Amino acid sequence: MKILVCVSKTPDTTSKVAFTDGNTKFDEAGVQWIINPYDEWYSLVRAIELKEKDASVVIHLVTVGGADTEPIIRKALALGGDEAIRVNSDSTDSYYIAAQIAEIAKQGGYDLIFTGKETLDYNGSSIGGMVAELTDAPYISLATKFDLEGTTATVTREIEGGEEVAEVALPAVVSCQKGMAEQRIPNMRGIMAARTKPLKVTEPVAADALTAIVNFELPPAKAGVKLVDAENVEELVRLLHEEAKAI
Amino acid sequence: MSVLVFIDHADGHVKKSSLEALTYGAKVAAQLGTSAEGLLLGTVTEDLAALGKYGVTKIHQAANEALNNLDTQVYAAAIAEAVTASGATVIIFSHTPTGKAVAARVSAKLKAGLVTGACALPDTSNGFVVKKGVFSGKAFANVSINTAVKIISLNPNSYMTVAGEGTAAVAPLAISAGAAKVKVTAVNKVSGDVPLTEADIVVSGGRGLKGPENWGILLDLAKVLGAATACSRPVGDAHWRPHHEHVGQTGVQVAPNLYIAVGISGAIQHLAGVNRSKIIVVINKDPEAPFFKAADYGIVGDAFEVLPKLTEAIKKMKASA
Repeated sequence: MKILVCVSKTPDTTSKVAFTDGNTKFDEAGVQWIINPYDEWYSLVRAIELKEKDASVVIHLVTVGGADTEPIIRKALALGGDEAIRVNSDSTDSYYIAAQIAEIAKQGGYDLIFTGKETLDYNGSSIGGMVAELTDAPYISLATKFDLEGTTATVTREIEGGEEVAEVALPAVVSCQKGMAEQRIPNMRGIMAARTKPLKVTEPVAADALTAIVNFELPPAKAGVKLVDAENVEELVRLLHEEAKAI
Repeated sequence: MSVLVFIDHADGHVKKSSLEALTYGAKVAAQLGTSAEGLLLGTVTEDLAALGKYGVTKIHQAANEALNNLDTQVYAAAIAEAVTASGATVIIFSHTPTGKAVAARVSAKLKAGLVTGACALPDTSNGFVVKKGVFSGKAFANVSINTAVKIISLNPNSYMTVAGEGTAAVAPLAISAGAAKVKVTAVNKVSGDVPLTEADIVVSGGRGLKGPENWGILLDLAKVLGAATACSRPVGDAHWRPHHEHVGQTGVQVAPNLYIAVGISGAIQHLAGVNRSKIIVVINKDPEAPFFKAADYGIVGDAFEVLPKLTEAIKKMKASA
């Protein structure tokens, strides 16, 4: 059983977001980088749990990014991946990135590909579906639970207002979110072992970028809060009804 | 050249988010000087022709019951056939669980550029540029789609449904759907609840409510407002509420008309999930809670006293309205 876990580097969740170069670039000054939480807490940790149950499971990590992504790949390896592949590209186009991952997937012959449900920076929710299409595999998105019986996966996925349980025969692509697994912290043994685990760097294959970011905007600042006395909730109801027209 | 809107449905009904997508698609079509059509895979009980009132001229329906269950491969193949049949150059999805699963697949299949989570009409004055939320609600990006066929998935609650006059022609669509590889074995819906991402009003509770046994006052408020309920991350992590109610950067991102936060301090990660809400009301004991800075209206006070009074006041207002 070979699992490919897609990981991405994102700014820490407490990061303040600002832009430079005429609002065309994310301001990286002072930003702490982390493994995208959906990739780490849910897909990678679930893959590690599968490996703990079945020692024959092999976990490869793939990231599409520059050399500055290597610290987060090492951290992912410290958590428990066996080896990692970095495709050397800074592209932000989902299709281009998916094409790179699909190429790695085809070469590696994986039974299962895990992605996070989205990244915290570009919020695309696109890589899993695109990789599935490019590798002609079934795709289950927004998974909250994943179990394996032989080569059949039983997956619980989010739907509007509830959840759905589905079965699929591997190979398959699954995007993961909260519920799949619990967050872990790498231990010292893992950190030491990660230093010598293979991290292969490959150049990207030719692929088109279908979109391009023109610029960024920050949301308009709020005008300021109108405080209503706690003894006068009727006033809040009146404001919400008459002024805000929200109720 | 036309605009094709993917119509999602559940339990025989077209989803509210799809009505928004239809309205949006009709507007995009008007902007491009063309017409908008809808595509429905599967069967519904309602009258599809009536969807014409949202501005679409035609609904293509592949009325195959097997399509009532989502298999992204089957869906993507069917949508690709419909795109060819209708000659569509713009495809609109809702950025909902189904839309998220299918739009990306269709994008890769057609090699058509995709912008997910769109929150405004495209700017077609120079190219085709779509505004979307990025950094989990902390910013927006304007993204240009550089392919002949363009795909947009529209954030729920970011474009208001407008119903006018008109009926749509309903045309059966024959598709050569393969067998689904994903077999749905169970569907568990929380019955009677308003889905969080579709809700007009969301009432959300945090640690300030002290424990799951105290949620009654929040549920009462939600009930009089017809609101969906949500919670902060610590509440979800402590299993006081189901984790699908967790709103924030790593949970669900919502954009309702009204978001009422009770006993939530307003950490940056929580704000990221709610700051697209049109009106934010914060009820918190601590006047220094950072959430007040992001709020439109606020009450500094004890939730256990304020909420029951607020519920009563709303009941009264509704009774007299």
